[in-house]
Amino acid sequence: MAGLVREAAVEALADANMTWDDIDAVVVGKAPDMFEGIAMPELYLADALGAVGKPMMRVHTAGSVGGSTAIVATKLVTSGVHERVLTVAFEKQSESNATWGLSVSQPFNAALASGAGGYFAPIIRSYIERSGAPRNTGHIVAVKDRKNALRNPRAHLHIPDISLEMVEASPLLWDPIRYLDTCPSSDGAMALVIGSEAVADASKGPVAWVHGMAMRSEPTMFAHRDAVNPIAGRECAKDLYAQAGISDPRKDFDAAEVYVPFSWYEPMWLENLGFCAEGDGWKLTQEGVTAADGDIPWNPSGGVLSSNPIGASGMIRFGEAAQQVRGRGGDYQVELKTGRALGHAYGGGSQFFSMWVVGSQKPQN
Amino acid sequence: MRNVGVISYATSAVARDVVHNEIEIIVPVLGEAIERSTIPKADIGFVCSGSLDYLFGGPFAFVAGVDAVGAVPPIRESHVEMDGAWALYEAWCYIQTGEVDSALIYGFSKGSSGDPLELLTVQTDPYYTVPLWPSMSDMAALQARAFMHRTGATERDLAEVAARAQRNGMSIDYAVRADANANADALLSGSPLVSDPLRESDIFPVSDGATVIVIAADDVARKHCARPAWIRGFDHRIDPMGFGVRDLSRVASATKAAQKANVSAGSLDIAELHAQFSHEELMLVEALGIDPTKTSVNPSGGPLAANVLMGAGLNRIGEVANAITAGGANRGVAHVSSGPCLQQNLVCVLEGE
Repeated sequence: MAGLVREAAVEALADANMTWDDIDAVVVGKAPDMFEGIAMPELYLADALGAVGKPMMRVHTAGSVGGSTAIVATKLVTSGVHERVLTVAFEKQSESNATWGLSVSQPFNAALASGAGGYFAPIIRSYIERSGAPRNTGHIVAVKDRKNALRNPRAHLHIPDISLEMVEASPLLWDPIRYLDTCPSSDGAMALVIGSEAVADASKGPVAWVHGMAMRSEPTMFAHRDAVNPIAGRECAKDLYAQAGISDPRKDFDAAEVYVPFSWYEPMWLENLGFCAEGDGWKLTQEGVTAADGDIPWNPSGGVLSSNPIGASGMIRFGEAAQQVRGRGGDYQVELKTGRALGHAYGGGSQFFSMWVVGSQKPQN
Repeated sequence: MRNVGVISYATSAVARDVVHNEIEIIVPVLGEAIERSTIPKADIGFVCSGSLDYLFGGPFAFVAGVDAVGAVPPIRESHVEMDGAWALYEAWCYIQTGEVDSALIYGFSKGSSGDPLELLTVQTDPYYTVPLWPSMSDMAALQARAFMHRTGATERDLAEVAARAQRNGMSIDYAVRADANANADALLSGSPLVSDPLRESDIFPVSDGATVIVIAADDVARKHCARPAWIRGFDHRIDPMGFGVRDLSRVASATKAAQKANVSAGSLDIAELHAQFSHEELMLVEALGIDPTKTSVNPSGGPLAANVLMGAGLNRIGEVANAITAGGANRGVAHVSSGPCLQQNLVCVLEGE
């Protein structure tokens, strides 16, 4: 575990032309501690992350945590408290079984031994019922993101002969989610170095400028809660777009890295994030709009469907968006027209959201 | 830097709450703190909490907290898997960005759901320490011995701290362990040894409860509080975990945090130290450079009187703020710790005006 996080941190520091001594503070994020069986593992990781003698924090906001952690780290800088912050999110899922780690009976609560897939399947069925989306929509996303992953050497899953037929033939886990419609259980870490404006101006390498950041939470249950198209997600996006001056996300972004752990969440989040009208998300997916060669590529890195170290997945979305606008997308680099990209994460039963917009140019305000 | 002040504080603690779940424990304390702040809940800019899944006994303890806050319409909210004091630090930074002017912070747990002394061993190095399963008090005892060896402090010195904590505990309404007649002789002869040299009375009492604080910036704080406790210094630092790679007899990270927070820049009327074991109070007095003849140390009884894990650190800030707001103190320091053997330390200097 110490090696896993340190490897990511060392690479991020090298990319920023910095050493451990340059870092003022370290912010760690990960999902439930029960996935590894260690409480507050950042205490044990202080040494490996060069945090000794420095401020260190640990964020946990469920699946959105990778994004939230990047935001907390960035606010430590925009507050003027620190100049250079190292932030690392990770999960080592091979230490346990995430489905059962999520299904521990909670005191005073009815047992919900469903794991994430069992929880989200009825919500997806509700989306299909509402929108009239063809049943193969999810499978199209499953194929598209795995094809994207073939261009990303860091993706966990590489399935060269991925096809609609292969997805359709994979076992049905939670109707309508088939095995290949789900994310894998991965070990992984993501590290970012966040610098102040002065630090970024002096950077030798390309910079991903933060144009906006937003987080929203809503309760697990309330009377008018819409689990398919959550209010918290819509309001989070609205706040974010206002900060970044985004009026038409489909045109204003060159790429979006969005938390899609089950294939159907692409059309659902297309609507929640305002890339189309409610009920139309599946049409964009079906028309190939979100493919690598479409007009707004979603998850060119292969996304969560190709790599899911849960606690890191949100930060990977934020980081992959940053790499695109830095022109560091490698074989999956998108064409930069507006120079802006969206990073998105969600968690819990879709009640926690964190998002940012990054751009290759410094924001004009 | 914006001036940020504590404007409201509420807390609860009992030894064992067999009736209420976490949400039910948080709700009344949250209500009390919000009411006392006089800021309408909808106007509070940011919400941040501290909790620990392993104390909850399942993933996502903080979700219970969000449900208790009543986040409809959706709110700006975050969570640290740490004591609520670090949630307050995050909120303080957020207010420094100028994007929000106020924040609600809380920490909570039901320590009685398990045996925290045995449980928190899972905080340690999973490869080399966990297999030996030293309890939290066993690790603290190692540190107590290292400190006693270096300084000559005795078991009686520890008992004096423990007895004073119990006496001081009479002054708060949420004490889990308090006794107006507590004295060192009685503890040395009557309190059983748990992890030599630590007796039961040297170790925090397991507690269930919640702690809530509201902070606000500049004019917002002045509008809602006659005498806010202004945050004048705020810093936190971490030491390596390995017991063999740091001098266990000292708390280097606490000293560094105290320097960065300018603790020594003025006289201190009050110090609330997150000493969960009696020797830790003596170590922290030394590490922070406090003169106990001039500063009232843990007048609330501190964590030896009530210790809601993930909330008790926030209590330290709340108790100092309370003393300042009430007018009995003008400048004080709150200290908060995390991890085995005081590994990580936060220091907050508060001041009236």
